[in-house]
Amino acid sequence: MFASNPFAELSGLVSPALMQAYVVIMIILVAGGTIYDVLHKRSAKYFFDNWRNSQSKGTHQVGGAELTSLAVQTAMSEVLTSSEFCNPHRRAAHLLTMYGFILYVLTTVIMVFGYPTPATSTPTILPTLWTIGALSVCAGGYWFWFFIRADVAAEGNSPFRLIRADLFIVSLLASVTLGLIWAFLQSNGSSWTTVFLALYLIATTVLFGSVPWSKFSHMFFKPAAALQKRVSEADGTRRNLPPPADKPEIFGSARRQPRHY
Amino acid sequence: MPTFVYMTSCDGCGHCVDICPSDIMHIDKTYRRAYNIEPNMCWECYSCVKACPQNAIDCRGYADFAPLGHSVRTLREEEKGTISWKIKFRDGTEKNFVSPIRTTPWGSIKSPSDYALPSQEALKSQELAHEPEALNIEGGLPALTRDQLKQGVV
Repeated sequence: MFASNPFAELSGLVSPALMQAYVVIMIILVAGGTIYDVLHKRSAKYFFDNWRNSQSKGTHQVGGAELTSLAVQTAMSEVLTSSEFCNPHRRAAHLLTMYGFILYVLTTVIMVFGYPTPATSTPTILPTLWTIGALSVCAGGYWFWFFIRADVAAEGNSPFRLIRADLFIVSLLASVTLGLIWAFLQSNGSSWTTVFLALYLIATTVLFGSVPWSKFSHMFFKPAAALQKRVSEADGTRRNLPPPADKPEIFGSARRQPRHY
Repeated sequence: MPTFVYMTSCDGCGHCVDICPSDIMHIDKTYRRAYNIEPNMCWECYSCVKACPQNAIDCRGYADFAPLGHSVRTLREEEKGTISWKIKFRDGTEKNFVSPIRTTPWGSIKSPSDYALPSQEALKSQELAHEPEALNIEGGLPALTRDQLKQGVV
């Protein structure tokens, strides 16, 4: 299973052209769903209104070079390392899920388009990375699902209670888990292979087709919000927050201990 | 001034849900972001505002002092032990306040479960748990004599 390309094995049942068309449709669904989401919720309008507001009230004009520098800093910190998370467990789970998903999607696309049949020998590294990516999504996703989610950890709800906010994480975990099971059964020649292939396809279609209703597009919105936060600190508006306290030496732990009661 | 959440800044970590004494900060079922489910029941303690690591919670100022265009924002700095407030009025007036949060180093207060269980004798004592140490007075509670009573301050 770790060394064999599951999509090349599948080519006996489903034609490579059909598999490739399915991947293209999924990409279109994500792009279309995100654009619909942006227009429907007016998030882009909100973002640019805030941007203009911040620029007009700022004490310092952020130029193109500085903006590029802030964008690079955002990419290196908030995007690549999820530094905005204050809870280290949440951050670790998010990084496992994010990098696992990227690995899983990239290797899927490469295998489906580059090595769709057994005729073109697949480098062993690709199915290995596909499996590692899927396992990483499962590790981060199930950790988040059962132990870290605020409605479970903070509100005390059952981890099995399903709400609309769970659509993304549930469909992602279902897709990846069913994909792993399908690949395992297929490599062993099980008679359940077709059933799990169908379930895998259903879960994957829900994952990529439900973008306007799920949290899938947060992967595009959160970096924009992080950049806006950095820009507001650079231009002096600081999202209307107070400036950092300038006389901490008379406050906090440095303050004289009270002697009254 | 009940609190509200900026959904674009909130990351749904649940700090406010944990800390709200009125149990009105909850996680939204559609977007998994925090929100104040019942502003009328808000005690206005601002625990959630101060606890939010993303500064995503704000105060909705009363109309008599902060009408349209106002903002009431707070910044907690644990390492400095300070809480700062910035009040922005509709006419552009700004007021800034800085106050100490506490008098002991951050993280130095032990939770009740970190202390040993009290003995039966301690339970019968007039003193409350951890007294007199917790009162921060060395040598026991000060005692008043009759001639000191009208002096006001010991």
